[in-house]
Amino acid sequence: MIRDTTLGAKLWAAAVWSLVGFFVINLLAMIGTVITSSFATRWLGTWLPLGWTTRWYSSAWSEFQLWDVLIVTFQVAGLVVLLSGALGVTAAYALARREFAGKRLLVLLFLLPLLIPPITFGIPLATVLYRTGLAGTFWGVVVANLVPTVPFVILVMIPFIEQIDPKIEAAARVFGANTFKLFIHVLLPLLLPGILAALLLVLVRTIAMFELTFLVAGPTSQTLVVALYYAVFAAGVRAVQSIDAMAVVYMATTLVWLVIALRFVNPTQIVTRAKQQPAH
Amino acid sequence: MEAIAPTTRVVQGPSLRQRLAARGFDAVTLLVVPAAVFSLLLFVYPFAFGFILSFEPKNGGWLANYQRFFSDSYLYDTIANTLLLSVPVTLLNLLFAVPVSFRVRLMRRQRLLTTILVLPITLGTVLVAEGLLNYLGPQGWFNRTLVALGLIDQPLRLVHNYWGVFASLVITGFPFTFLLTLSYVTGIDPALEQAAATLGASAWQRFVHVYLPLLMPGFAITFCLSFVQAFSVFPSAVLLGEPAGSTRVISIAAYQAAFEEYDYSMASAVAMIMGFVQLAIVVLVLASRGLFYRGPASGAKG
Repeated sequence: MIRDTTLGAKLWAAAVWSLVGFFVINLLAMIGTVITSSFATRWLGTWLPLGWTTRWYSSAWSEFQLWDVLIVTFQVAGLVVLLSGALGVTAAYALARREFAGKRLLVLLFLLPLLIPPITFGIPLATVLYRTGLAGTFWGVVVANLVPTVPFVILVMIPFIEQIDPKIEAAARVFGANTFKLFIHVLLPLLLPGILAALLLVLVRTIAMFELTFLVAGPTSQTLVVALYYAVFAAGVRAVQSIDAMAVVYMATTLVWLVIALRFVNPTQIVTRAKQQPAH
Repeated sequence: MEAIAPTTRVVQGPSLRQRLAARGFDAVTLLVVPAAVFSLLLFVYPFAFGFILSFEPKNGGWLANYQRFFSDSYLYDTIANTLLLSVPVTLLNLLFAVPVSFRVRLMRRQRLLTTILVLPITLGTVLVAEGLLNYLGPQGWFNRTLVALGLIDQPLRLVHNYWGVFASLVITGFPFTFLLTLSYVTGIDPALEQAAATLGASAWQRFVHVYLPLLMPGFAITFCLSFVQAFSVFPSAVLLGEPAGSTRVISIAAYQAAFEEYDYSMASAVAMIMGFVQLAIVVLVLASRGLFYRGPASGAKG
């Protein structure tokens, strides 16, 4: 790397950093606004609220039935994590270890749901799910969320599996391990960091997945982010602070898992691991 | 009889199973089947179904949905509205992401910055829309700061119009574009730049003649992915914008057809048009990518 020390280079660096600073300050102030408002008694026309209270959390909890919504959210997310893990890791193993005709086509099939925005394929998907009667139910939401998460797990896991030396598997075979034993005693321990990272990211993505859940959810199968959308959409019906309290609950549920996930992955990989593939 | 049996076995050659295994099809390959069937059923089939359904309108000929879309300005204007939002936002994000990632590349500890930038992507557009409604509102901190600094007299109107959606697309889109750009910029072997510097190239010359040609394919892909995300803007266009006016984007038209008119045929037609416009822009950008250098640019270490 080359560092320039001329005046022009320093001015340019200062300009770039102030741009980053401006962005980060606005981002944090936006999040700060939500948190401040959720603790405010009354906040109109002043820099800071007149007083502080936590009562909006209890009112949001009962008004929006947050307990029920949170249970649905975690049931959906948990099932999506388990199913996409089971479907994704096995498929990734086959794609990482075997060369066969049509493999490129298959990889493209798994790449498309990640590249096409959810709202574009969500409307035909919702149409099919409404015809089959699955939409509006709990399982409809799970199935819809699996469409982008299964390919996500596959594309995250392929490089993880490729880096494991096939000789280790061959050695286990020589000592008489069958496929199941090989998987439990050899592959699973070696792949665990990768699987954990992939599934934590799936969890974060599912909690934050708005479009697909919104298009197929019924009144009893809403996740937190969809409930938040309806609350903001009907703003004026409830106190602003109550909606902000709900937004803070949503932020907390998402960010807890993000913090845990970041122990295993580099933040850059959240965006690029799956998206970088077509570059090759 | 005893004499015939061994000869037939020789003629038979390897069994079907062995022949398939030699081509890469064995029990392990079958592990891909569940995921492939799932994707075919829930991704390819709905798309095909939606495509066919879009040609089976509630009333009128087989093209009636598309005729209605392109004759009703309330519908076809959504394409222009969406492009007017997504193209400038994507260009702006990319334009800012490039110098920033060239700076961040030199940092030793990038993790704090990348973590902060991953926040809006993780939180999603609904939360960003909700936050910006307060923050950019007439009494929000943004307008108060501008007034306090004496830059403006009256609070600017930044929500429930074009600029609210624009801001939300920058907040969620810039980190996405930046992280993609960063991964391309750090993937280029620094020895190439050092060689150029040794030969006396200035910083600007190194950027224009060394980095830019190598990064062009990466930028094209970054542009496509960021554009497609911005083009499908939905929650913030409803919550932060003017969903009946300047920010009536195409996804709103598709949503209204499906869930307000219950005309799934029309909704599928709008979704197909949305997909087609995205595809057209992506093909256009990627086709121009072929004009640039395509070859190894990363060092052996990667």
